[in-house]
Order: sequence, then structure tokens, then C-alpha cells
Amino acid sequence: MDAILFLIFAITAVVCGVLVVTRRHPISSALALIGVMGSLAGLYLLLGAPFLAAAQVIVYAGAIMVLFVFVIMLLNAGEERKSSGSRLARVAGVPALVALLGFLAYTIFRMYPRPETVEFGGFHGGTPYAIGYAIFTKYLLPFEITSILVLIAIVGAVVLAYKELD
Amino acid sequence: MNFYLLCAIKAAVVAGALMTALAYLQWVERKVIAHIQVRMGPYRVGPHGLLQPLADVIKLLTKEDLLPPGVNRFYFVLAPFLAISLALISICVIPFGPEIHAGPVYTWMQLTDLNIGVIFVLAISSLSVYAVVLAGWASNSKYPLLGSLRSAAQMISYELPMGMAVAGALLVSNTLSLRGIVETQSQYYWGWIPAWNVFHGPFPQIFGFAIFLITIFAETNRVPFDLAEAESELVAGFHTEYSSLKFAGFFMAEYANMVTVCAMATVLYLGGWMPPFPARYGSNFVPGIVFAIAGAVAIYHGLHPARKRDRLTLPAFGAIFLGIAALFCVPLFQPILTPLFWFLAKTGFLLFTFMWVRGTLPRFRYDQLMRFAWRFLFPAAALNLLVTALLVALVG
Repeated sequence: MDAILFLIFAITAVVCGVLVVTRRHPISSALALIGVMGSLAGLYLLLGAPFLAAAQVIVYAGAIMVLFVFVIMLLNAGEERKSSGSRLARVAGVPALVALLGFLAYTIFRMYPRPETVEFGGFHGGTPYAIGYAIFTKYLLPFEITSILVLIAIVGAVVLAYKELD
Repeated sequence: MNFYLLCAIKAAVVAGALMTALAYLQWVERKVIAHIQVRMGPYRVGPHGLLQPLADVIKLLTKEDLLPPGVNRFYFVLAPFLAISLALISICVIPFGPEIHAGPVYTWMQLTDLNIGVIFVLAISSLSVYAVVLAGWASNSKYPLLGSLRSAAQMISYELPMGMAVAGALLVSNTLSLRGIVETQSQYYWGWIPAWNVFHGPFPQIFGFAIFLITIFAETNRVPFDLAEAESELVAGFHTEYSSLKFAGFFMAEYANMVTVCAMATVLYLGGWMPPFPARYGSNFVPGIVFAIAGAVAIYHGLHPARKRDRLTLPAFGAIFLGIAALFCVPLFQPILTPLFWFLAKTGFLLFTFMWVRGTLPRFRYDQLMRFAWRFLFPAAALNLLVTALLVALVG
């Protein structure tokens, strides 16, 4: 059951990921990206991290992507035209891609020669309690620094927007 | 019993009940609005218009399904499906009652209990903005686009105070599971004041409840925040171009969202299926007495009919009500029906409030709506959250 669900979510994520690049309309790309986020949330859920899954949906799919879609609609961006592509990309693209994937695979196998099998439901650190405990004890300093960073970003956005209004 | 079989039965019962409730909610709303406006409401189809939902369904099914030229076909069809499915998903984490048993089978009156139940509902509700946005954009027409942009801005703005109001209740309950939240509200202060989160110490969430109530009106696009479909300015807003079953999808989604948010308010603030006063003061007899009185009134009016047809219909309704009252007295059904009655009564009252407000208040202007959310509601929710957190940290 877990394996079937994993395959469903993984295939959806990969297909949506490809669609993000290949779709010509910006709205289609943005919605495919939401599909990627949603399937990632499903995978988190399978791995035993329900809080992370819900946060993924709320933050990425529910907030960030809404703004993306909003901007695309307000600008009324039309379909993009497909360029014929340069000859260099056609000739060197495929070998370069194969080389990159091979290099990545090689590095990963060098770093983790005997990968441990992932067991679904074997991880119990993803509950809201565990995450809250980790954030407010072990990772308190990074957490606080991140919040200050976000605050700076908010203030910066307000300052920039305010100048334009003047 | 087989786990999967049990799940299938529960899902079928909940889905069937929810669909019927959605159809009849619309009848109830038309009746309530009509009586507020001193009219009769639907009266022609069936006794007291009770078959009106059926007639509406047949009408919507047989109407021509228009696909206007210039629409983005895929997203135009996707939007109503998205709306209705997202609206129906949330019901699966709502607990309707305690653990019950029929013979050797024990089960909770809830489809599933997630340990992130509240966040799950918030996540689904944050996605439902896509249905509106897609519908408006794919229609390729100015009124839907304006309506959907308004609605998206409104839903994002009101999600913030809603989340903060919910966080206050969660701090008091100290759990994210909806079942757990109801169970923390089962006590009574001095033996008679229920420890619902509205009254629960250390800081009663009465302001949180008020803020939540206001924001759910905006989240479901209902009067006085129905700017998305302000018919005097935008024809019908984001679903202007929709007809037939696709329109029905949006319509059903609106009512399903109303049911979900009212059930959430009941669970988070009003103690879920807990009775408002303890069983030793006789709260178990309330449902039976209420239905018996309703039955007696119906039979009395049937014996002194104002209209000819009431001579037959009202005694029939009276007999049905008396039968329900008798069911509440059977010891086998009582532990199942009584919690369900309290849950449905609270949710039903909140749904009635939705209709009441619709019949009473005028629509906000758009700038008033936004100013209200950001200048008043958001600071109030933040203050409520801060005070609650401080008191919980000091006392709890």
C-alpha cells in the first residue's frame, strides 16, 4: 500500500515538474508547480511528517503560489512562443545532461555507498509536538535569526513600496 | 469487523447525510430569508416546498451546459470540480460524536482523526481560493475576473486573523487533534458552566470566537462579505459564465464550506458534542422533549388547519417528530443520538446565524472590507493570541 502510494505521488511530482518547464502558458506552469508541492506534501505524509506536509500545503500551495497566480493574472501574461532553440543546445544539451546526471549519481553513491532502506511509518519525529520541541530547544537560535530575517524582509518591502507611492 | 469495510460504511453514511443536508440547507435558507422578509418562501413543490431541492436538482441537470467562446476550456471545467471537492474533503476530520458501539464493533463518530486535524482543515481552506481564481480567469470575461481577484484578496486577508483566532483556542486546548480538542472541553465549572473554549480558563476565547465567526463569513464569501459575487456591481462575480451543473458545483461548494466552518466553530469553541449542562441536570432528556414539543405543535396545527392541505401534512410531520422523540428514549440509541443531537444543534444554530445575517446586514464596500480586516480584525486577533499565550504560560 505504502509503495503504491509512494509511486503515485512520486510519478505525479515528476510529471508535474516536467510540465512546469514544458507548458507554454504561465498559468499552466504555475498550477503544475502547485501539483509538485501537493505531491511532495503527500510524500512527507507517507514518511511520517504530517505537520511538515500540512505546512507545505499552507505555505507553498496556499500562500506563495496564490500570489504567483495572482500576479500572472493581473499582468495578463499570454502564451509564450516557442523559440527554435540554438544549435549548440541541441548538439551539446543531451550529452551535457547525461554527464551531469551521471556525476550526481556517482557523487551520491560515493557519499552513501550502502543506502539504508527507507521504511514507511518508521519515523516518528514529524508530529507537531516533536517539531515544536526541536524548534524551541535545539534550534532556537536559527529559528529566531530566521524570524528576524523575515521581519527585515517585511520592513524592506514596506519601505520600497512606500517610496513608490510618494 | 474489517477496517476497510467499516471505513467504507462510515464514509457512505457521512457523504449521503452531507449531500442531503446540503440540498435541504438551501431550502432552509430560502425559508428563513423569506420569513425575515415577511414572505412565505417556497411553497408549491411538495408540502411546505419540501420537495423544492429535488425540483432544483432536476432543473439544473436538464439545463443546457453552456461553454462560452473564448474560455480556457480545461481550467473552466476544472474550477467547479476543484471547488466542490475541496469543500467536501474537510468533513472527514470533523468529529460528530464520541466512541460508539453496535454489538462488538467499536468506532468513533468521525471518519478519521488526524493529529494535525486543525492544520489540515486550514490547509484545505487555503487551497479553495484556487477554484475561485481559476473560474474567474478561465471565463475570459471582465466581471468574473474582477470578482475572482476581489475574492482572492479577501480570502487571503481574512485567513490571517482566522488562523490567529484558531491559534488562541489551540493554546487553551493544547492539542491539534479535533477529537482531542472536544475532549478537553468536557468538564464543568462549579458543576454547571461548561468548560467550552468560549468559557475555558485561563483566558476565555470569547473574543477569539467572535473574530473566528466574522472571518468565516468572509472565507465562505457570504453576506456581508460577498464582494466576490456582488450582483449589483459584478452581475454574479466569478461564476457569471457558468450554467447548469457547473454552476451547481459552485453553489454546493458554498454550502459545503458553510457546513464545514460551522462544524469547525462548534468543535473549536462550543464544545463539539458536549451538552451545555451536565447529564445529572437532565441534559439527556432535552432532545426528546424538544422533538416531542415540535410534534405536539405540528399535530395541534394539523387539527386546526389554516389551509386545507395542512389537515394531512402537519399531523404526518407531527407523527415523524414524535417518532424521533421516542427514538431518543430507547436506551440502545440514546448514547449515539444524544451527542449527535448536541453537535447538530450547535452547528445548525451557527448555520442559522449565517442566514440571519444574510437577511439582516447590507454588503460592505470593498475598501471598508479590507480596512476592517487589516486595521481592526488582525490587531485584535494578534492581541487575543498574545494575552492567551501569556496567561497559558503563567497559569498552565
